[in-house]
Amino acid sequence: MDTTHIQLAHGGGGQLTADLISQVILPAIGGPQHSHQLTDAATLEAPHGHLAFTTDSYVVQPLEFPGGDIGKLAVCGTINDLSVVGAHPLGMSLALVIQEGFEIELLRRLLTSAGAEAKAAGAHVVTGDTKVVDRSACDGLIINSSGVGLVHPAARLGFDRVNEGDAILLSGPLGEHGLAVMSKRKGLSFSADLVSDCASIGQLTAALLEEFGPAVHFMRDPTRGGLAATLAELSVGARRDLEIVESSIPANKTVRAAAEMLGLDVLAAANEGKLVAVLEAGAAAKAIAILSKFKIARRAAVIGAVGAASDDPLVELVTTAGGRRVVQMPYGEELPRIC
Amino acid sequence: MCLAIPAQIEKMEDKTATVVLAGSRTNVSLALVPEAKLGDWVLVHAGYALTILDPQEARETYELLAQIEVDEEEVKRASTAWTQEEKKT
Amino acid sequence: MADSSTTEQSMRDLMEQYYGRIAQLSVGLARGGRNIQIMEVCGTHTMAIARSGMRQRLPKNLRLVSGPGCPVCVTDQSYMDQAVWLADAKGFAPPIIATYGDMVRVPGRVGSLGEARARGAAIEVVYSADQAVELAQRTPGRQVVFLAVGFETTAPGTALAVMRAKAQGLDNFSCLVAHKLVLPAMRVLLSDPDLQLDAFLCPGHVSVILGYDAYAPIVEQYRRPCVVAGFDALQVAKGVVVILEQLAGGKLEATSVYPAVSAGGNAAARELLAEVFEVTDARWRAIGTIPGSGLSLRGDYAAFDAARRFSVPEMESYELPGCRCGDVICGRTLPEECKLFGRRCTPLDPVGPCMVSSEGACAAAYKYGGFRFGRASAGRGDKQP
Repeated sequence: MDTTHIQLAHGGGGQLTADLISQVILPAIGGPQHSHQLTDAATLEAPHGHLAFTTDSYVVQPLEFPGGDIGKLAVCGTINDLSVVGAHPLGMSLALVIQEGFEIELLRRLLTSAGAEAKAAGAHVVTGDTKVVDRSACDGLIINSSGVGLVHPAARLGFDRVNEGDAILLSGPLGEHGLAVMSKRKGLSFSADLVSDCASIGQLTAALLEEFGPAVHFMRDPTRGGLAATLAELSVGARRDLEIVESSIPANKTVRAAAEMLGLDVLAAANEGKLVAVLEAGAAAKAIAILSKFKIARRAAVIGAVGAASDDPLVELVTTAGGRRVVQMPYGEELPRIC
Repeated sequence: MCLAIPAQIEKMEDKTATVVLAGSRTNVSLALVPEAKLGDWVLVHAGYALTILDPQEARETYELLAQIEVDEEEVKRASTAWTQEEKKT
Repeated sequence: MADSSTTEQSMRDLMEQYYGRIAQLSVGLARGGRNIQIMEVCGTHTMAIARSGMRQRLPKNLRLVSGPGCPVCVTDQSYMDQAVWLADAKGFAPPIIATYGDMVRVPGRVGSLGEARARGAAIEVVYSADQAVELAQRTPGRQVVFLAVGFETTAPGTALAVMRAKAQGLDNFSCLVAHKLVLPAMRVLLSDPDLQLDAFLCPGHVSVILGYDAYAPIVEQYRRPCVVAGFDALQVAKGVVVILEQLAGGKLEATSVYPAVSAGGNAAARELLAEVFEVTDARWRAIGTIPGSGLSLRGDYAAFDAARRFSVPEMESYELPGCRCGDVICGRTLPEECKLFGRRCTPLDPVGPCMVSSEGACAAAYKYGGFRFGRASAGRGDKQP
């Protein structure tokens, strides 16, 4: 019997499933030692305060890329979704949909990476699920991850909290994840010395809330659709114009060159470890000082400000060439262009 | 029409080359610029080098290159600031 | 010209100098009651102008219009329908369609290539013609059809790919050719009485191949400046300055502000084109058939013509209902003046090719313009005649 690759029977609920869980999955993610210790649902102690709850599914090709992999991505993504609403994770789930024939060693590696990231961020994987599907149903591995978190007592975040004059902060250069993944994709004769920014930003959001509490008005991690999508959503949600300054946006020169090579827009490129925060203007300088002490945010910068209320709000970019233009919501997958 | 970027020839093999711009690399054909040499700056479009660029002129002509240069300084500044902060804390 | 220590700051300073010079020259020309209309014939110029927000900094009597410079936009509907016909392959073994990314979403009569892919057709996005040849090498027994579109910049790549396929005796590679030549189209536009063009900002990368001397006969015959510029805001602004200086001074000539372009261009590339292609009449969207404005495979190379190999039927030329892309690519209509723009026609759900192509004038106006649906745009500086 092939013991190195996933078979359909690994998802059948029998002995193979139990073995996979107890011998591969649990040791890798650092959960209980035996599958019989698992119950149908995890129980969490109910703390006092507000709970945050989030879910997301992760698909990425290739599964491993410079700076991360789908396991780390799934954990960071869920932690980050909790973090930007001001919550610290209490527990999270990992549900795996695995393609028949998937290499078990690779699965072990991906889950070890997920476990290490969860541990580093102080989050616990408390429940999960495993399904195996045939080769036509899935390309390798899909991970769904949910998380429950406790909201910081001083957090008062939301579109309605965003005011005219508030500063818009960005924790670092854009597009490192999107272009790093693309540089490893098969079929593109393109490569780049790029590492994904894939990281948990919980320590950034916690530090800001700890210091400024309700003076932090809004937070978001710009993932798919990049900064452009995040700001477009913010302006529509807050019903306010936003103005950002191109020359103040931290840039990674390799990302910039890669984007030019592929004909892509850096503002719309994906990130997995960046924070956009909106706070009272008076707090901005100190916030930058606090953020830039963290390695993942050492190039944090104020990139713009919130403008007046508007029924039809716009995000405007002051360009390096001295003009102004509107930043639109990206319209889905941008096909790399040559023309 | 058509997207083209300046990049430097890093490796050559017969009529193809690897060109690099600020750590991003792509493979191009040198069939249209048979006189190209290792280290030359070329203008790349859709997998082909269209012409050889004067490196001085390349720097003066492309905003992209100017911005990438600035960026290097920024990185240096930012990382120095960071190390100083770390030392303090 | 900036020195070698060009930084972002000095780039901005230089840009401001250009804006100042443009304003100064325009005032002089306006005193003579002149509105100046400059056409760029290059999708990358369209993008650079939009992305930099430059139009808002230009004087009222200076208008930059986009011409037929985007290869996707000028491609006739009949070609798209032929491509989709090949992809759908009813009654024959379906070939793999290898195409540049921009063509995937252009709508045809029975949908786009993207929609054909959803129906099961094999569509592969490639970055170069060479990659299409490599795809054919990897898939023996399966035909690969490369959609060969674009101007003189892209055509040498197709020529090399076809030569490579021929040298290797590759019998599963072919091209559906719709390469176009820029100069004949420029002449047609200058002869259009509805279009009052004062000058051309000529495409940088086409000119890398052609050389700027290629525009001299147009300057002579039509008395219009032709200035080649590169592809960022600085280059476009500098090109505009030189055009205005020529108009003000009366000494008109073909020249270039883009150092990559020489007077003579890339002769080796032009020889390749002559080896593989012959000049033919070509259909342009909205403009119609322009004599001597296209390329087709010649001699032995004609064996690599997909139209011939698959007996692709001639298809009818037509305009998409309500779509004014044709007027847009001839500079007769601004994207925002089209009734569909931003309403029925958006990048998400495009009606016409100018919204599909990321270099299209409509996509550029939508993405980077002051336009926002239902809102008067802030300072659109190109709204006068």
